[in-house]
Amino acid sequence: MTELTVNVAQQWLDGFAAAIAEHKDYLSELDTPIGDGDHGSNMARGLAAVQEAVDGKEFANLKDLFKSVAMALISKVGGASGPLYGTAFLEMAKLGDTDSDLGDLLAAALAGIEKRGGATPGDKTMVDVWTPVVQAVQAGGLKQSDVDAAVNSTEAMVARKGRASYLGERSVGHLDPGSMSSGYLFTALINTGVFA
Amino acid sequence: MSYGIVVASHVEDIARGVANLAQQAAKDVPITFAGGTDDGGIGSSMTKISAAIDANGADELLAFYDLGSAKMNLDMAVELADKPVHVYDVALVEGAYSAATLAGAGLDLAGIEAQLAPLKIK
Repeated sequence: MTELTVNVAQQWLDGFAAAIAEHKDYLSELDTPIGDGDHGSNMARGLAAVQEAVDGKEFANLKDLFKSVAMALISKVGGASGPLYGTAFLEMAKLGDTDSDLGDLLAAALAGIEKRGGATPGDKTMVDVWTPVVQAVQAGGLKQSDVDAAVNSTEAMVARKGRASYLGERSVGHLDPGSMSSGYLFTALINTGVFA
Repeated sequence: MSYGIVVASHVEDIARGVANLAQQAAKDVPITFAGGTDDGGIGSSMTKISAAIDANGADELLAFYDLGSAKMNLDMAVELADKPVHVYDVALVEGAYSAATLAGAGLDLAGIEAQLAPLKIK
């Protein structure tokens, strides 16, 4: 098991916010041919709200921390990503006062994302990143190569959910933006050293 | 038991337009709507949808939406709502209009849902 402490979780969120701010234009660029071109700006606005909600504050447990994160994302991100990332953190919050095992937390988050969006693996969505990541974490560790492979796997897929699904076959050859931002989330998690 | 209608769209004008159309067919049915993001852009907002649910005076609500993320925000708002709200994956205009008309005519939920079933497109 890999334990997630409040301190590491806060580092994780800081790293995620920094990565989103850095790659904001790239995320919107990915979203332009197969979406509405606003994934980067939406996520950047949401993560700025997350930082405002959690930076410099003390949280007694993961539940309180993740609940604040979820509410900031739900109210500020917009698009489909707000409810999806918001649900992920809300599901982790539900476990967060009794369970600090990262595998359990991320599995609960993934189940919430699947329920909220109705996507399954292969639909060219963030689920295609979260599914192998959860498996790797539950198996004892997550490597950057796992994350990269998962993100890149979406390029060849035909979108079956979200706005990209209206493009059908024309969505092939493009990375899914939500998978890329999920990739940044998990790279930030690895960078905390929690698996080291 | 009174039924009300909630319309959620990515665009405020669409939400208002569908609500106006349905209201014209059912003058006494409470109809509220939410459209666009909090800053008036195109998108959907859980906060706005929650406000439309709260503002609707009926005991039980039937909710209609346009595209995917409006459904997700609607589903979240429904989970937080303090009254029963049913979400239908049907054509927005036809669904909201039919439900309002039938609710106005005094049908019960099962009767309304039977007529909504063939309008399912999502």
